[in-house]
Amino acid sequence: MAIDLTQYNPAGFYDETFSGKNRARNYCKKLIKRFRKMDEEDLAARQMAAELAIKEKGISFRIYTKKDGAIDRNWPFDILPRIIQKSEWDVIEAGLIQRVKALNLFINDLYHEQKIIKDGVFPAEVLADSKNFRPQCVGVNPPSAIWAHVCGSDLVRDTDGTVYVLEDNLRVPSGVSYMIANREVTKHVFPELFETYAPLPVDDYPTRLHDMLVSVSPRKVKRPEVVVLTPGIYNSAYYEHAYLAHQMGAELVEGRDLFVDKENIVYMRTVAGPQRVDVIYRRIDDEFLDPEVFRKDSTLGVPGLMRAWKAGNVGLANAPGAGVADDKVVYAFVPDIIRYYLHEEPIIANVPTYRCMYKEEREYALANLDKLVVKPANESGGYGMLIGPVSTKAEREKFAKLIKRNPRNYIAQPTLGISTVATIVDKKLEPRHVDLRPFILSGKKTMVTTGGLTRVALRKGSLVVNSSQGGGSKDTWIVADGED
Amino acid sequence: MLSRVAEEIYWAGRYIERAENTARLIRVNSNLVLDAPTVVSLGWEPLITITGLEGSFAEHYKNPTERNVVKFLIGDTHNPSSILSSLAFARENFRTVREIIPRTAWQSLNKLYLFAKESVQAGLTQKGRDDYLEGIISGSQQLNGLLASVMYHDEAWHFLRIGKDLERAEMTTRIIDVRSSDLLTDSDELFNHSGLSSIEWISVLKSLSAYAIYRREIDVQVRRTPILEFLFNNSRFPRAVSYCLDSVEESVGTLAHNTKPLKALRSVVRQLNTQKMENMKQDVLHQYIDELQIKLWKFHTALAKQYFLPEVALAEKAE
Repeated sequence: MAIDLTQYNPAGFYDETFSGKNRARNYCKKLIKRFRKMDEEDLAARQMAAELAIKEKGISFRIYTKKDGAIDRNWPFDILPRIIQKSEWDVIEAGLIQRVKALNLFINDLYHEQKIIKDGVFPAEVLADSKNFRPQCVGVNPPSAIWAHVCGSDLVRDTDGTVYVLEDNLRVPSGVSYMIANREVTKHVFPELFETYAPLPVDDYPTRLHDMLVSVSPRKVKRPEVVVLTPGIYNSAYYEHAYLAHQMGAELVEGRDLFVDKENIVYMRTVAGPQRVDVIYRRIDDEFLDPEVFRKDSTLGVPGLMRAWKAGNVGLANAPGAGVADDKVVYAFVPDIIRYYLHEEPIIANVPTYRCMYKEEREYALANLDKLVVKPANESGGYGMLIGPVSTKAEREKFAKLIKRNPRNYIAQPTLGISTVATIVDKKLEPRHVDLRPFILSGKKTMVTTGGLTRVALRKGSLVVNSSQGGGSKDTWIVADGED
Repeated sequence: MLSRVAEEIYWAGRYIERAENTARLIRVNSNLVLDAPTVVSLGWEPLITITGLEGSFAEHYKNPTERNVVKFLIGDTHNPSSILSSLAFARENFRTVREIIPRTAWQSLNKLYLFAKESVQAGLTQKGRDDYLEGIISGSQQLNGLLASVMYHDEAWHFLRIGKDLERAEMTTRIIDVRSSDLLTDSDELFNHSGLSSIEWISVLKSLSAYAIYRREIDVQVRRTPILEFLFNNSRFPRAVSYCLDSVEESVGTLAHNTKPLKALRSVVRQLNTQKMENMKQDVLHQYIDELQIKLWKFHTALAKQYFLPEVALAEKAE
């Protein structure tokens, strides 16, 4: 029996696949047509094939629970791709490049003259309270004045179709390897779709990443030694660290593999003796990077790494301190930051944001907690949030207290009617909320991934897309307009 | 190549080989027990002795019954050398060095591990045991074949091979030691008259997949001295100690700064080459095997000292 699609109902949200009840968007028609032809058995077989491929390729992530400690989970994947038209994507791409350029200028300014503060565009007190500003980085000049070499920005679409940036991840953003894996799995289980569509490829990312890393090598040698620094196998993104290192042909190192000598040169311990390292793509947070400078109890980092970086003997991506712009209060200022440094209007909008540090905005937020989403400034992974419309009175009271105690640490945003995408649920299609995380690389040149990582909230009505909390993912296709 | 990675790969090679050898041991013992006259109880205890795990076994089990020994060797995660533990360690190591090994090899090991884990209940039944062990052995061989045919023969490959062949050499000495020590006598002649002893020697050969080759190439009769010579000194049989150590030596030979490990290895080889097997008393054989195992351990130590992460770095990490 063919699959019944007549019950599909986006229920007032913008749907990425359907423009109305049982009406696929033009560029999704062929996908849905193909899908209609399948019977339940065929669908189940493909879902199984996808699961098996994920299991056998070992595409997994780690989660932590109080009960069981660390557990490996297979990557949750929905086989139906999410499609975006190229014309729309081109605008998003330009917007992301603009945004990251401005953010890099901003970070560099904060660690040097702080003109933006002197000119009254960015308040000194926000910087003074910033958890991720690193005084140890003041005055350092990384190559090409780039601090955030890899940025992952989360995009969402509201009910009217407008795309917003929800947040920028400038510390150690992860997820890009899953973007590549998703495409591989789709090719494996749905090869015939690629006869009717030609989605732009995504698998050149590791090459681009490598080019970018080479471009920040302080030593101009033919083949600079690039390494990926991981906290180790117990990190939730370890799969990605290993994958990227392998794809780039770079060594995957842990802190104990590296040491810094008296001349401030970084070496790795190899079977043939010490070998010099030029660029470190570090996937360890600032605090753990160098026990000589940051947390003294860190066993993940490398003593002396900051000395070597400051002396210009090693490239670090992302640069220590780049996270200063990865802060939900700073986020609220990004449109001003873009205007200030680039003299341009932002191409992609920010979600309207109430900054609890300002009395008027805080009062509005406190009075409307039931309608707003409240986020702490420096948490990631969807932790520590209040989602007003689905919250209890007790939760709202708790957050009101938290905000009053530390207003600088909170922002509030209206709940967006985040768009949905057709997702397979029990042999049927149902709308599920979705976001998109593209990755932006900045070195000598700036580039954006083709699409990015699409994350889906698999639970009905849920807005939480994080894989650690019941989120899944989809392959993301950028297709040329008029292919329909 | 990173010192840490060399170490992880070396141990992965050992763990995979250990899983396969353990499966071989259990399988052959199963056959042997079925063959033995019911009045003679050959039992399962020697398997615990071979693997050197008497202490750990006694901690968790009362009696070396078939059920207990098989469970301990196949699926007990308290036993660090059980098939399941070995494959779990190998998989963790492979995962850590995933960027070094071919992707298909990782997939193959992952599949083998999942098979070992998911089918373990069936493997613990008498009916399902043989299929389970066959699955482990063929999975390991498939992995070895895959590594041999697609892996770039760089340092990683050599460390993997050193681990694998060292483990195999050691396991062969263990199998000879235990199976030979519970035999009735030292004499060659008496063997031919004792049905039980020859079954035991056949089981030694079979557990090493050596039975057919031995009969074809060495001797149609199953006799102690030629068997010992074959298993210790043959240079063409891939599970013979000499063969394994030749291949270890070849791999160590490709590494830089190999003087000390090579010296330690050659000391084992020298002992192998000079020892006469003829008329070797049982207690002398046992002592000889002990000495070989100590020398193999010394070689491991020399290798670790030269190539792996310094102890200090590891200690710092642990703190």
